[in-house]
Parts: sequence; structure tokens; C-alpha cells
Amino acid sequence: MDEGMKNMSKILLKIDGKDVEAREGMTILEAAQSAGIDIPTLCHHEKLEPYGACRLCNVEVEMRGGTKLVAACLYPVEQQLTVRTRSEKVDRIRKMILQLLLAHAPNSRELQRLGNEYGADKDRFEKESSFCINCGLCVRYCAEVKKLNAVGFVSRGATREISFVPEIAARECDQCKECFPLCPTEALQAAYVLAEALASFSPSFGLESKA
Amino acid sequence: MDIERVDRIIDKHRGEARALIQILLEIQSDNRWLPKEALTRVSERLQVPMTRVQHIATFYKAFSTVPKGRHEVHVCMGTACHVRGAQRVLDKVQDATGIQPGETDSDLRFSLEIVNCLGCCALGPVMEIDGKTHGRMSPAATVEALNDYE
Repeated sequence: MDEGMKNMSKILLKIDGKDVEAREGMTILEAAQSAGIDIPTLCHHEKLEPYGACRLCNVEVEMRGGTKLVAACLYPVEQQLTVRTRSEKVDRIRKMILQLLLAHAPNSRELQRLGNEYGADKDRFEKESSFCINCGLCVRYCAEVKKLNAVGFVSRGATREISFVPEIAARECDQCKECFPLCPTEALQAAYVLAEALASFSPSFGLESKA
Repeated sequence: MDIERVDRIIDKHRGEARALIQILLEIQSDNRWLPKEALTRVSERLQVPMTRVQHIATFYKAFSTVPKGRHEVHVCMGTACHVRGAQRVLDKVQDATGIQPGETDSDLRFSLEIVNCLGCCALGPVMEIDGKTHGRMSPAATVEALNDYE
């Protein structure tokens, strides 16, 4: 009985031709990592819930006679699943994603390293330096691990950016700063310094409303 | 906006976190914009992180985190209005009020927005002030219409 239960939750799949054993509920990314297969990620962090924002972990999954692109960090493993982490299609998409991200953060060392690997041209798109790729690592780390919610997103779409809540940042960030090293573009520091400056400038800024 | 009015709106929804957007909408329609003190109050009473309140308040176009004028002016720049001369109407409104689309004048009299269709193309070019439709506008009629609002 016990043995049977164990077999139930054991999942066998094939990643890049290699037989991989995984437990139920694992994602393709976790299964690949446990087998020593590398899938590039930008928005993934083991302490955080999967987010699926950067799409760099795209992999090809064989399904009903065809293939489908899925985000490895979100897709749960299935029995007898066949996964390809590198293929012409996957590489092409990763190259495009990297080119688009490099337009926002051309100096990011992490992006440059991956860009070289996938042959991404950092000048493919006009520079729109926001120094942030909206991976949400800082936002999610602050909310999920630290439970401080000092930093969050504001606005939407092309104008979405991170923003610190000055009142919380002034109180908490100085002794934490754990989100800084998470940032794949090193943009966070600048944003934080800005918020700190604002908070010390006038804590009541914007509070006065007209009668 | 005083904090009692914010509290009254929150009380109406029994301080439930799921009513966040509804509460923000009511504050918005009551006050025309969402002051920071109101957002802070909502965040405290609903036990919702300020980052989340901010995210929502800046996500939807229905909310404004900057003061809005007493009168909302919408100039239609849809295709039909455009070919009927909406650009000249808009230029005139900008001249008369001294503000660009998305802005509010310093007297808080007008807020100007451009919209893409008001659904009455036969009346083009159309301008809407505080929800009232002004059709078949000429630049001169535009100024006259604006003068009716103080």
C-alpha cells in the first residue's frame, strides 16, 4: 500500500532525452534542476511563488502529436511528458525576449551574459532605459518573505514601474536591503535612494487636501 | 477630503478587504481624486498593504492620484470626429484653458482628456463637459460652452 502510494506520486518524464524522476506538484523547472539541466530564468526565486513574468524559461513540451511552448517555472510535471529545453524555436524566442529586455536595461550584466549565450543583439531595439524589467523579484520578496510591503508596482502596461512607500521604506529598508542583490538589472538601488530622499524631504508631501 | 467621509464609505462596506475597488471608486466620485491620506486610511482600515492599494489606484484609469478640476472636459478624437475637425476643437480648448490633455489647470476649474469615441459620431466633432454632450462643435462654440462652467 505504502509502496503503491509512493509510485502514484512519482512521475517519470523526459527532459532533453534524459529520463528524469520527479514528484507530483513539481514544476518542469524544478525537475530539470534536480537532474542538473539548466533552464535560464530571470524572475524565478526558490523562496518565492512562481510568477512567470520573464518568460525566459520557455520550453517546448510535446503534446498530442505537436509541441507547445510553456513556462517551465509554472508548468507542473506530468507522467511521460517530453520536454525540450533547447530547440530552434525556444532559442529564437529567448533571443527575442533578451533583445527586448536589453532595450530597457542594456548595462545589466546578467542580461548581457544571457544575451551572449543566445546571440541577442543589444541594439536590436531602440533604447528605452527604464533600468527595470518588471521581474517583480523585489516586490514579491518584500511581500512574501519579509512581509513588509515596502515596495510595489504602480501604473500599468508600458509605464509600470516599482515604487517604494516612503513611510515604510524610511522605517524598514535601511536594516534590510535584502532585495538589492536579487535585482537582475541593479535598478532597484536607484529607485530606493529616490524614495528615501523623498521621505526625508517632507513626510507629509501630498497629504494636504483642499477643503 | 476629511477622514470622516472616508470612514463613512469604508463603514458602508463593513471594512471588508474585498470591497477595496468599490471603496476607492466611491471616494473617487465623492472627491474627484484620491488623496494620499485617503489611501493610507483605506489601507489601514482594510488591512490591505499600501503597495496593493497604490497598485490598484494607479492601475485603473477611473482613479486619479492627482487633483482633478471641478469640470471634466472630454474631447472626442475618434475617426469620425477627427475628420470633422476635432483637432481644431481640441486646439481651441487647449488655448482657452491653457492645459494639455491629461492636465488640470491651477484653479482646479477644468481637467482635459481626449477620448476615442463617445458613440455619437453623427454629432461630431463632439465634446463632453461633466457628462453633458456638446455636438457639432466649432472652435467658437467650444469657448462659449466652456464659459458656462465656473
